[in-house]
Amino acid sequence: MGGLFSYFRGLLGSREMRILILGLDGAGKTTILYRLQVGEVVTTIPTIGFNVEQVAYKNLKFQVWDLGGQTSIRPYWRCYYSNTDAIIYVVDSADRDRIGISKDELFYMLREDELAGAILVVLANKQDMEGCMSVAEVHQALGLENLKNRTFQIFKTSATKGEGLDQAMDWLSNALQARK
Amino acid sequence: MGSFRRDKDDDDEGSTSLYQNLEKTSVLQETRTFNETPVNARKCIQILTKILYLINQGEQLVSREATECFFAMTKLFQSKDIVLRRMVYLGIKELSSIAEDVIIVTSSLTKDMTGKEDLYRAAAIRALCSITDNTMLQAVERYMKQCIVDKNGAVSCAALVSSYKLAGQAGDVVKRWANEAQEALNNDNVMVQYHALGLLYYIRKNDRLAVSKLVNKLSRNSLKSPYALCMLIRISCKLIEEENLSGEELSDFPMFQFVESCLRHKSEMVIYEAAHAIVNFKNTPSRVLSPAFSILQLFCSSPKATLRFAAVRTLNKVAMTHPAAVTTCNLDLEGLITDSNRSVATLAITTLLKTGAESSVERLMKQISSFVAEISDEFKVVVVQAICSLCTKYPRKHTVLMSFLSGMLREEGGLEYKTSIVDTIITIIEENTESKESGLSHLCEFIEDCEHTSLAVRILHLLGKEGPYSNNPSKYIRFIYNRVILENPIVRSAAVSALGQFGASCPTLLGNILVLLNRCQMDPDDEVRDRATYYLHILQTNKMELYKRYIIDRNTSSLILLEKALSDYLNGNFNDKFDLAIVPKAAVVKVETKDEAMIVSNNAVRPTKITREEVSAAKVMQIPGIKELGPLHKTCPTTQLTESETEYTVQCVKHIFESHVVFQFDCLNTLPDVILENVRVEITPPEEFEIKGIIPCQKLPYNELGSCFVILKFPEDVLHSAATFGATLRFTVIDCDPTTGEPDSDVGYSDEYMLEDFEISVADLILKTKKSNFNAIFDEANTEEWVEAEDTFALSTVSTIQEAVNSILKFLGLGPSQNTETVAEGTHTHTLLCSGTFKNGADILLKAKLALADGVTMHLTVKTTEPDVADLVISAIG
Repeated sequence: MGGLFSYFRGLLGSREMRILILGLDGAGKTTILYRLQVGEVVTTIPTIGFNVEQVAYKNLKFQVWDLGGQTSIRPYWRCYYSNTDAIIYVVDSADRDRIGISKDELFYMLREDELAGAILVVLANKQDMEGCMSVAEVHQALGLENLKNRTFQIFKTSATKGEGLDQAMDWLSNALQARK
Repeated sequence: MGSFRRDKDDDDEGSTSLYQNLEKTSVLQETRTFNETPVNARKCIQILTKILYLINQGEQLVSREATECFFAMTKLFQSKDIVLRRMVYLGIKELSSIAEDVIIVTSSLTKDMTGKEDLYRAAAIRALCSITDNTMLQAVERYMKQCIVDKNGAVSCAALVSSYKLAGQAGDVVKRWANEAQEALNNDNVMVQYHALGLLYYIRKNDRLAVSKLVNKLSRNSLKSPYALCMLIRISCKLIEEENLSGEELSDFPMFQFVESCLRHKSEMVIYEAAHAIVNFKNTPSRVLSPAFSILQLFCSSPKATLRFAAVRTLNKVAMTHPAAVTTCNLDLEGLITDSNRSVATLAITTLLKTGAESSVERLMKQISSFVAEISDEFKVVVVQAICSLCTKYPRKHTVLMSFLSGMLREEGGLEYKTSIVDTIITIIEENTESKESGLSHLCEFIEDCEHTSLAVRILHLLGKEGPYSNNPSKYIRFIYNRVILENPIVRSAAVSALGQFGASCPTLLGNILVLLNRCQMDPDDEVRDRATYYLHILQTNKMELYKRYIIDRNTSSLILLEKALSDYLNGNFNDKFDLAIVPKAAVVKVETKDEAMIVSNNAVRPTKITREEVSAAKVMQIPGIKELGPLHKTCPTTQLTESETEYTVQCVKHIFESHVVFQFDCLNTLPDVILENVRVEITPPEEFEIKGIIPCQKLPYNELGSCFVILKFPEDVLHSAATFGATLRFTVIDCDPTTGEPDSDVGYSDEYMLEDFEISVADLILKTKKSNFNAIFDEANTEEWVEAEDTFALSTVSTIQEAVNSILKFLGLGPSQNTETVAEGTHTHTLLCSGTFKNGADILLKAKLALADGVTMHLTVKTTEPDVADLVISAIG
C-alpha cells in the first residue's frame, strides 16, 4: 500500500485534491465542473445526486464533486464532506430573491467539523446577466465579513463565457500548495 | 476483469474460500474503506463481493445499514476502474430496494449510460432502472428512449429489458416508448429483436386489435431472430385460441398459416416451437398435425439431449389428446426408455404408459420402478400423472396401479409429490367404485405416518365423505380416532369432523361415535373441543333433517367476508343479533389458472381471493331494506350493458333472492367535464315482474364508480322467472371544470342513454353445488317430496358430446359431479351428473345421458323437490 502510494506521489508530484462544488440549484455548478474539465460549455440538466470528475489544472490534479443543489438533495451534501480540501461555493448573482437562502446554506455547511480545514472559494456566478449583483453586493449579502479562521476568496465569474474561472483556480491552487 | 481474476487466484493459495464464515457486521465495518482517497480498487472490489455474497446468502440488511453502505458505495464513482464500477452497479441493484434515498446516484448513472464507455452503459441502465420510481422516470425518459434505439446491442437489450420491468409500475410512461421499441425491432441483433417484441407485446397486450396487427405485420416480413420468432408463435397461439375456430376455419386463418410455415424454418428452435404449438391446438386439422408429429418424432432421435427432451415432453403432454398420432412415435419412444438422460427416459416411459396397450402396462411399470428412486420429485409427479390417466383408460388395471401408488406413497418425497399421488388415488376412487375400498385403506395407512398436515386433513375429509357408504364403515373409525390421539390440533379437528360425518350417515355406529366425540370434548385445543361439542349436540337430537343440514350438506359462507362481517358486528352496537344470512355463500368455483404473461412464468401459489361476485354481494347486503328480502341466494357474474369505450359505461350485477332480484348497476362517467347527478337505470320488465324500489346514485363525478339499484319481485309462477329486460340510463348532467371538477352552475339538464338489453336466465337462478356421492343421493331421491321429470332432446347446434356438456352446464348453471364435465376423447356415449340449488332452496339433481350419432341426442332426468322447477329446467334446454 505504502509503495503504491509513493509511486503515485512520485509520478504526479502530489496527491489528488478533493474539491466540492456546492450551491443552490441552478447556480451553475455542473456547468462550472465541465468548463473546468473539458474547457467548454455543455448542456446540463438539473443534477439529481452528484457528478464526480478528475480535473487537471496546471500541474495539479483535482477530484471535483459537483453535488446537486435542489432542496431535496441538499441534506445529502454532508455525506460527502469528509477529507475535503476545498469548497467552491457557487452563487447565482442574478437571483436576489434566494441569496438569503444561499447564505444560510453556506453558514450551515461551514459549521460542520469535517470541513473545518477546507479552503473556501465563493464564485459570484452569472456576472454576464443584466442587473445582477456585483461582487461586493454578493460579499455583503452572504455575510462573508463574519468568517473567522477560514482561508477564503470571492471571485466574479461567468461560467458560460468562461470568465473569472482561471483567476479563481489560480488562487485556489496557490492556496492549497501554500497550506502544506 | 484482470484484477478480479487475480483475487480468485489468491484465494486458492490461501484459505479455502474468502467468503466462508463472513459476518455481516464486520463486512459492513469494512465498507469504511470506500471513503478513503485515493480509492483502492482491488480492496473495494473484494468488499463489494463480500456484501453481494452475504445478501445472496439470504442475510438481511436493515434499512439503516443498507443506506450507510449505499452512500459509502457512492464514493466509489470517483474511481475509473472498470471492474470496480461494474461491481458498484451490482451493489446498487442489490441495495436499491432496502436502502433509502437511492436516487442520489441518478445523475452519475445517467452519465454512465449516455457516456462513451460501452462497458458501463448496459449495466448503468439496469442499475438506473432499479433505483428509479414513477416520478423520477420522467427525468430519464429521454435517455431511455435513446438507449432503446442504440446501435450497441447490449445497450439496447438492457434498455428494453429494464423498460419491461418498469412497465409493471409505470406502465403509462413506458407506453410512450412504443415507437422506439418498434424501431428496435428492426435491429439486426437477435436478442434486441426478441426483447423489443417482448416489450411491444407487453405495451399492447390489452389491445387485441393492436396485437393482431403486430403479429400480421411481423409474420409477413420474417423476423431474423429465432427467439423473436418463437415468441411471435406464442403470441399467435394465444390469439388463435381466443378466436375459437373450428378445424376448417383454422387452416385458413392467416396466423395459423404463419405458425404452420414456421415448421419449415431453418432454426431447430423455431421448428420445435411451431410443432409444439400445432399439436397443442384444440382443433388442428390432421393434414397439419402429421407433419408436426413427424418433426417431434425426428427430434426424438436427435443427438442433442435438449431436443430429445423437448420432443418427448411435448409428446407426453399431448398423449391424451392425440393418442393415435403419439402412438406412431412409439418405436422412437421405446428407444428412449434406456436413454442415459433420466428425465428423457422417464418422459418416454410415461408417454408409452399413456398410449400403450393394456398388455404392456405391467412391463413398463416394472421398467419404471427400476429407477423411480433415482429421479427427482418433479419427474415422479409426471409418472404419477401417467398412472392417473392409465387408470381412467384401463379401469381393470387398478389393482396393479393402486399398489404401485401406495408403494410410492410410502417412499420419501416432498409435499407436491405426495399430493399428486393422493390426488390420483382420489380420482381413481371417484371414477371407479370397485377400487374405492382398497384406495381408502391405502390412504388410511398413509395417514398413519404422514408428516404433511394439509394432506392428512384432506384424506380425513374424504374418509368422512366416502367412508360411511362403504361396505364396512366401522373399520375406518380406528384410523380416524388414532389421529385424534396422536396428531396436532389441525389434524385432530379434521378427524373430529370426519367422526361427525360417520355419526350422521351410519345410524349403526352412532352410539360408538357419541362415546368417541364425548372423549374429544376433553381435548386441550379449543377448535377440537368446539367441533366435538357441535357434532355431539346435533347427533344427540336424533333428527335426520338436522343431520342433513348441519353435518352432511353444510353450506359454507365465504370465509373472508364472514370474517369482515363479524368484525363489523363487533365494532357496532349489539342491539341486533348477528345474521349469518347477510354473508354470501362461498361460490363452488374451480380457480382456473391462466398464464398471464407468457414470457414470465410464475408458479407462486396465490392466496385465496375473494371473487368479484362476493364483493358486490357484501356491498348489496349493506343497503337498507335489502335485509328484509331474506338471505341472498346468489350473485351472478357481471354483464356489460355498454361498449367499453363510451361516455358512460354501465355493468349489471344480478343479486338473486328467494322471491326478489336486485339489479346493481355500476356506472362510470368517463367525461371529465361533466358531473352526473341522480343517476338511475329505468328498466322495462315483463308484466309479471313488479318493481319494488329504485335506489339512484346521488352524484357521479368523473372517473368514479357509482352504483344504483333496482329491486324487483319475481312472478309467483316460477316458469316466468327467466326474462329479458330493456334498460335506459337516466341522469341530470351538470357541466364542470375538467381540471378542478368544480361545477360551472347549479342547474343541469336531464338526459338519457340507451343501454343494451339484459336477461335473467335459468342459470342465474341456480347455485352450483358439488355432490361427492351423486349416484347415492340420486337413487335415494325417490321419496314423496321429490318429483321427477324426463325428456329426450336432439341437440342440433352442437357437434360433439363435450360441447353439449359445456352448453348444458352453461344454460342450467349446475355444478358437475364426479368429473363428469370432461368427456373422454373418442367416446360416443357419456353421462353427465350435475346438481344445484334453486333460488327457493329446492335441490336440483340432473342426470343427462348423451349419445353421439348424427347429432347429439340427450336423455334428461331431473329430480327436484318442486314440480315447477323441474319444468323450468326442462324448458331451459328445449
